[in-house]
Amino acid sequence: MKFLFDKNTWQEIFGSIGKNKTRTIITVIGVLWGIFIYIALAGASKGLDNGFERNFETVAKNSLFAWSQRTSIPYAGYKIGRSISLKVGDAEALRNNVPDIQYIAPVNTKGVFGGEGAQVVNNLKSNNYPIYGYFPEIAKMATQKIFDNGRFINEEDMSQQRKVVVIGERTQQELFEKDEDPIGQYIRIDGVYFKVIGVAKFSQTTPFGTDGDIIMPYATFRKLYNTADNAQYFTIAAYDDADVIQVEKDVKRTLKRIHQIHPDDERAIGSFNLGEAFARITGFAKGITFLSLIVGLATILAGVIGIGNILLISVKERTKELGIRRALGATPAEVRSLIILESVFLTLIAGIIGIILGAGVLNLINNMTKDNSDFPYTNPTVPIPLVIGALLIMVVLGTLIGLIPAQRAVSIKPIDALREE
Amino acid sequence: MIEIKDLHKSYQMGSNSLHVLKGIDFKVEAGELVAIMGSSGSGKSTLLNILGMLDVADSGEYVLDGLPIKNLNETKAANYRNKFLGFIFQSFNLINYKTALENVALPLYYQGVGRKQREEKSLKYLEQVGLKEWSHHLPSELSGGQKQRVAVARAMVAEPKVLLADELTGALDSKTSYEVMDLIQKINDQGNTILVVTHEDDIAHMCKRIVHLKDGVIVEDKKIEQVRASQYVQ
Repeated sequence: MKFLFDKNTWQEIFGSIGKNKTRTIITVIGVLWGIFIYIALAGASKGLDNGFERNFETVAKNSLFAWSQRTSIPYAGYKIGRSISLKVGDAEALRNNVPDIQYIAPVNTKGVFGGEGAQVVNNLKSNNYPIYGYFPEIAKMATQKIFDNGRFINEEDMSQQRKVVVIGERTQQELFEKDEDPIGQYIRIDGVYFKVIGVAKFSQTTPFGTDGDIIMPYATFRKLYNTADNAQYFTIAAYDDADVIQVEKDVKRTLKRIHQIHPDDERAIGSFNLGEAFARITGFAKGITFLSLIVGLATILAGVIGIGNILLISVKERTKELGIRRALGATPAEVRSLIILESVFLTLIAGIIGIILGAGVLNLINNMTKDNSDFPYTNPTVPIPLVIGALLIMVVLGTLIGLIPAQRAVSIKPIDALREE
Repeated sequence: MIEIKDLHKSYQMGSNSLHVLKGIDFKVEAGELVAIMGSSGSGKSTLLNILGMLDVADSGEYVLDGLPIKNLNETKAANYRNKFLGFIFQSFNLINYKTALENVALPLYYQGVGRKQREEKSLKYLEQVGLKEWSHHLPSELSGGQKQRVAVARAMVAEPKVLLADELTGALDSKTSYEVMDLIQKINDQGNTILVVTHEDDIAHMCKRIVHLKDGVIVEDKKIEQVRASQYVQ
């Protein structure tokens, strides 16, 4: 150990590394490339991971949607092909039967699943937009970002059946002038005037959402379109630690029981499990991270083996020099340490340069993709433990691989080494 | 200074055994300048290698300045070489990427001498061989004679008990050879013990004693009138 901290040792190593520049550079490039690939890949996959995470940050990660369709199996005296309609009251039943449900909100829509949207008019401008009747609870499952000055629908709106709407970004652009503040203005929806209370920044909170969506309180929707206590679909969020797939099954089973549907009828109740889709995507991101780790480590390994290879050649080249050193009094241990330290030192230097280069490239990519919110790539970082781990692995591998040429160097007798021309 | 008794050494060459040294008895006093002569294959280099602890004898005794040299492992041999012996080779054996000064300092490095002291001492010995101005030149920038003088300085720097020179003039022309021998004689004049292996008569006669080896035995061992090399050197 004392040997390691001896200034003279390092002078010897710098001497021998510095004076064989080509060899040193070629050696360093091998490992540098390895660690560079490792850092770039690990960071990129982390960025991808973060990107997915960001794209889903507005929505509860274990949410699912359930809606009704037509039956495909006759049951309890009903014919096949019966049209099922879910009721608001089902929400309560589901909450009681599936304890893993944290939030549940019935939704009614117009113009989302086929059919015409609502005719929306502001002064001389008009267009067709999909309409949603939401419970305010939906905000807990899918956070709609509302632009300044506006707000989302709340309990008051609901209980008083207020004629208020939150409009989408596109709706604002299409119905209002550029410098016009839509908040507080009235627009006509299918012949009824509604006050605009907020503009929602678009984010994919449901699989079918668009930037033109108009949201009103469920109660208002019901009155406007006379939907009675029907619900087109339920937005359901399970607790964070719940198994979403099981929740989905339980929800469907309960709905089938309530609406007297054959338990094996796969078609009567439709569902989309966002939690499962999300899990698949995070699984994909994890897979990529794992893969990049493996590829990176393999590349480092290849680089380190390259160092071993070049040192082996260099030991062969330096046979005579090492023989001279030993004739002058270098012990085998000193010769061995010289070669191993050279190996470790080269590996480390290469590693550090590679890490710096990799970080630079990650930073560059980050800057290039920063403004592009469609691309799922955010804040590519490599966790410090991974970097330190990589450096440690390199030191260990560098030592191990250095052992081979080092052993070779001392296995040649000084007298034979000196004789070699 | 050096005392060897009944030294035997043979090499395995496939199935044949080549008996190179067949019982050498030999003594060198402190301050002697001995030439070991013999044709190639006479065993003179083997003898020098054993004296230099680069090779181990099969049997026999070797005592260096009262210290019995036996049961050597590589580490022990390296330490003894470093402390007790200075080597001068036919092909100089300087490390080509190190300057003259760094080459001379190398034995001191392996003794654990600090850098500053190392440089001071090395410079002193370079000055003694007349190469102070060349201390920061690489071996490739030096002539053959200069290289051998650097090698002599390197052999001297650790102040060894014995200098071992293996055909030290073998790669040099006569004029340069005499210059180097002049240096060797001067070092010997200061009281250093030097063994020179050579097959050149004129070089041998610049020593004080000639030991003749033939087929692994000493056939002649005589003190001679030393020819001073300085008379050939302008």
